[in-house]
Amino acid sequence: MRGTVDVQAVLAGDRRALARALTEVENDSPAGREALDALFPHSGKAHLVGVTGSPGAGKSSLVNQMTRLLRNPEAGEAKKVAIVAVDPSSPFTGGAILGDRIRMRDITDDPGVFIRSMASRGHLGGIARTTSALVRVLDAAGFDLILIETVGAGQSEVDIARLAHTTIVVEAPGMGDDIQAIKAGILEIADILVVNKADHPLADNTLRALSASLEFARPGQVAAIDRFHHKELAFSQVQLDQTTNEFENEHWTPPVLKTVSTEGVGIEKVVEAIEKHAAFLRTHNQWNIRDAARLQEELNELLMAAFAAEWRKQVEQSRIEAVLGEMLERKLSPQSAALKLLSA
Amino acid sequence: MERKIRVLIAKPGLDGHDRGAKLIARALRDAGMEVIYTGLRQTPQMITTAALQEDVDVVGLSILSGAHMTLVPRVVESLKEAGLGDVAVFVGGIIPEEDWPALQEMGVRAVYGPGTTTTQVIDDVRRLVSGQAEA
Repeated sequence: MRGTVDVQAVLAGDRRALARALTEVENDSPAGREALDALFPHSGKAHLVGVTGSPGAGKSSLVNQMTRLLRNPEAGEAKKVAIVAVDPSSPFTGGAILGDRIRMRDITDDPGVFIRSMASRGHLGGIARTTSALVRVLDAAGFDLILIETVGAGQSEVDIARLAHTTIVVEAPGMGDDIQAIKAGILEIADILVVNKADHPLADNTLRALSASLEFARPGQVAAIDRFHHKELAFSQVQLDQTTNEFENEHWTPPVLKTVSTEGVGIEKVVEAIEKHAAFLRTHNQWNIRDAARLQEELNELLMAAFAAEWRKQVEQSRIEAVLGEMLERKLSPQSAALKLLSA
Repeated sequence: MERKIRVLIAKPGLDGHDRGAKLIARALRDAGMEVIYTGLRQTPQMITTAALQEDVDVVGLSILSGAHMTLVPRVVESLKEAGLGDVAVFVGGIIPEEDWPALQEMGVRAVYGPGTTTTQVIDDVRRLVSGQAEA
């Protein structure tokens, strides 16, 4: 039934109940919020892996191939894999074409795989506002590894690094010169860099440019709790016992790997790097640090939204309209207008 | 957040012409819906898995091969077996009119032939979904 979530069924692995829960959570309905509360204690176990990169770089194909390998490993146990694939919503109609499943047909019938497409619904930053909540539901439902594929991202859609433990940035050859490779933004968030379409004649140029750029100091190597220090929080950063970093000087060096994901070439190296990175995070206490940073960020965003909603309830519409009128006549700057509205 | 209508557009069977399917997907997108597009050559099982995981309200099938009387019942059965009997199914493509009643008998809610306007499909999908909400 729509509008309800069977939390016990979700925890027991019922696919239909899980799909319904994801819908309620995505729509931020009362049932969805209730389900999130009930599922939260069961979350925190899955390895969250983000996959980002420009449109057409080959993110979906790479996700497809990585999942195939994770399901049929040469050694060890197969992992249960969930995929959340985000595609953009139209800014004009709110509609969306969610087409990531097209490249994932090999894994559609695997009972150990669950794929969910979602639209960005107006949120910028490469993922939707509720992507982290959907990931949490899948985590509680018992998936070992969750692949989060962002919308085709440009240079500044870096939200995924806040959500994921491990971020893979996929580049295709011929996308720009070596200055592109040292610009701030998306390349800085990579824990693993993949040059896909490596059978392209320019692939080695891209590989060299990316490898060279990694020789410069990387701000991304700073402990995760400081990673987004430029973002203003509603409260000061809390240093917890669980998140002290005694390994400050030990850095993860992002590998630069070549793949041809349509052919399945080079995939085992990527999966190996994912596992190595997870091990590094655990041995260097980064797992907890990233978890704490993520939860703080989330609390911060919820507080901001709650403050804004609370304030909005108290202020009269006529006051807002009056201030807006003064702004339109250029008598009041937007900065002064905001201050004026805040002062009772 | 208002509830978005989610539609799966799928092409079962072996014909490789997806222009019509893409046109409908695009039209539904422009009507503000979220359209999951799975591409060509989907088995009934793949369509059911996608419908279940994506929790769609409606499934649209595009068939130009003439195999609709074989494929459609399999998809409808498969959906029912997965507990998705309440998901509305519509079919578009080259479907002779004499087959329409049989398809509707199987539980297909609407059949669209060449010349159907996108407005009609959009209106029907909205009506089917609001009907589900009331049920």
